[in-house]
Amino acid sequence: MASEEKLFLSIENLSQSFSGLKAVANFSMQMEEGELVGLIGPNGAGKTTIFNLLTGIYAPTEGSIIFRGQKLNGLPAYKVAQRGLARTFQNIRLFADLSVVDNVKIAYHQHVTHTALSSMLRLPGHFKNEKIMGDKALELLKVFQLEDKALEQAKNLPYGQQRRLEIARAMATEPKLLLLDEPAAGMNPQETRELMDLIRWLRETYKLTILLIEHDMALVMGVCERVYVLEYGMLLTVGTPDEVRGDQRVIDAYLGEEAP
Amino acid sequence: MRWTKYLIWLAAAGAFYALTLVLSNAGFISRFMLMTMVQICIYIIMALGLNLITGFTGQLSIGHAGFMSIGAYAAGFLASTYGARVSAALTEALGAAAGGAVYYIFILATLAAGALVAAAFGVLLGLPTLRLRGDYLAIATIGFGEIVRIVLLNTKALGASSGLPVKYSVGWTTAFWLMLLSVVLIYNFVNSSHGRACISIRENEIAAETMGINTTKYKVMAFALGAGLAGLAGGIYANHMYLIHPNSFNFLKSFEILVMVVLGGLGSITGCILGAVVMTVMNNALSAFPEMRMIVISVLLVVMMIFRPNGLMGTTELRLPFRRKAAGGKEDVTHGL
Ligand SMILES: Nc1ncnc2c1ncn2[C@@H]1O[C@H](COP(=O)(O)OP(=O)(O)OP(=O)(O)O)[C@@H](O)[C@H]1O
Ligand SMILES: [Mg+2]
Repeated sequence: MASEEKLFLSIENLSQSFSGLKAVANFSMQMEEGELVGLIGPNGAGKTTIFNLLTGIYAPTEGSIIFRGQKLNGLPAYKVAQRGLARTFQNIRLFADLSVVDNVKIAYHQHVTHTALSSMLRLPGHFKNEKIMGDKALELLKVFQLEDKALEQAKNLPYGQQRRLEIARAMATEPKLLLLDEPAAGMNPQETRELMDLIRWLRETYKLTILLIEHDMALVMGVCERVYVLEYGMLLTVGTPDEVRGDQRVIDAYLGEEAP
Repeated sequence: MRWTKYLIWLAAAGAFYALTLVLSNAGFISRFMLMTMVQICIYIIMALGLNLITGFTGQLSIGHAGFMSIGAYAAGFLASTYGARVSAALTEALGAAAGGAVYYIFILATLAAGALVAAAFGVLLGLPTLRLRGDYLAIATIGFGEIVRIVLLNTKALGASSGLPVKYSVGWTTAFWLMLLSVVLIYNFVNSSHGRACISIRENEIAAETMGINTTKYKVMAFALGAGLAGLAGGIYANHMYLIHPNSFNFLKSFEILVMVVLGGLGSITGCILGAVVMTVMNNALSAFPEMRMIVISVLLVVMMIFRPNGLMGTTELRLPFRRKAAGGKEDVTHGL
């Protein structure tokens, strides 16, 4: 591991209780810039809760989250996003009634510099920023092969495309760390393979650091460099995909489920 | 290029306005009809403001008449307290014609003041209450409307329960053009990045916040703009009606405005304009049978829930067919206007 100040993301002793239930207990993890790390564990292990803690949706009961030298816990979610953390949701949370392109534009909003008044009066700043925003949104949609759906309502997209749109929207915030919560859920094997390629490509192209929750073990083992395994809110083990795959405790944890 | 659309609309509005003048001079538009038309403008402005808060930003507010009364009393108080003195001084200094013109600017300033005071109250109410969700916000806004009414009923300086007389100084011309200005400003707002930030809160607040939208800021902004519009409408009302009374801005009024927005379609500007027209015309047509109004409103709402559960317009806008598509057969995605 790199020295403290070089760390990209450092989570120390993170805990979260929901009226007595310890969803996450004493969880610590470190990530370096550019890494692609997996977070796995049986259902209810606390994976999504860790994402909610990281992105400021919950304030942790205990522990600290340091991102690029700055403390994140205690910040409201929108400020966390503005620091460069973006995510997708396990239960898709698109702006369902809005068009595909508007979904992406909204995520870009934090970067606009013109005021609401200049939009109301249609001053030049409005046109300039809307143009930049529109161009960027279309560019992203092209990357995600959604440009011909730009004007469709998000809720009318097929499931796999909704998942892709969620990643596109997260990318529009121009993140440094991308958190993906089961991006392959509900996808067929063909779509999953394409998604793997897309994740690798995004990481190369945008110099992204990615933390991935996934139940599809082929996907996790295929793209991740390190894997954290969670059980009952606690860290079970961490290692390379091969190390984790051979670990007896991991196999036991997953007993009755799909073996890793 | 950019402004052609606006010029066309401006020309259309000007033509419509000229037509109303010709018709009313020729006696085809009665005084009663003209009064109804002013009321329509007032309620369009009201409905626009509430639609921004409830239809676009998704925050249920049932105290909109409270903001209207704040604007009405602020503008009315300024006009009735200083109006005579300002008017006399201006006539003496500039003569009757020029003095009258400048006096009109003074009246417009009282309207602006009414809007600003109401917007300030919007921020004051919004900051603590917008953290509340759904039902709680609705209850807080009802309470706000009632508190304003009761305070006004007991404020001697504002006429208390006998009402505040205000000289008539705003008619169809002012009401029409201010209504149009409000429509354009709000249309521009919702069709911009800031407006989309508000809409994203309605669509999914957690996702909006996670995508970097400061949801509290945009809720308060919507509240301030909506309250400011209600204040403007109140100012027009005060300067048009000769007398304002706290009970004209009661819970029922807030409810009627909400019905206009729901009827027209939450999140549609043309929809809420339609709703304001329908409701105002109906109210005036039934003014001789006040007990019938609530029945008709209820029936209207039930019929709507059956046939058009999202309101007359849903979230879509009424458009002229030839504006629908840009070149290439696709709507302009990159945003022209
Ligand atoms: N807001 C909440 N209130 C109460 N309990 C919660 C809340 N969120 C999560 N939990 C509980 O915390 C535990 C961990 O949930 P979490 O969603 O983090 O699991 P997960 O690892 O993402 O599971 P899955 O693989 O099913 O998505 C579960 O027992 C869940 O019921
Ligand atoms: Mg989960």
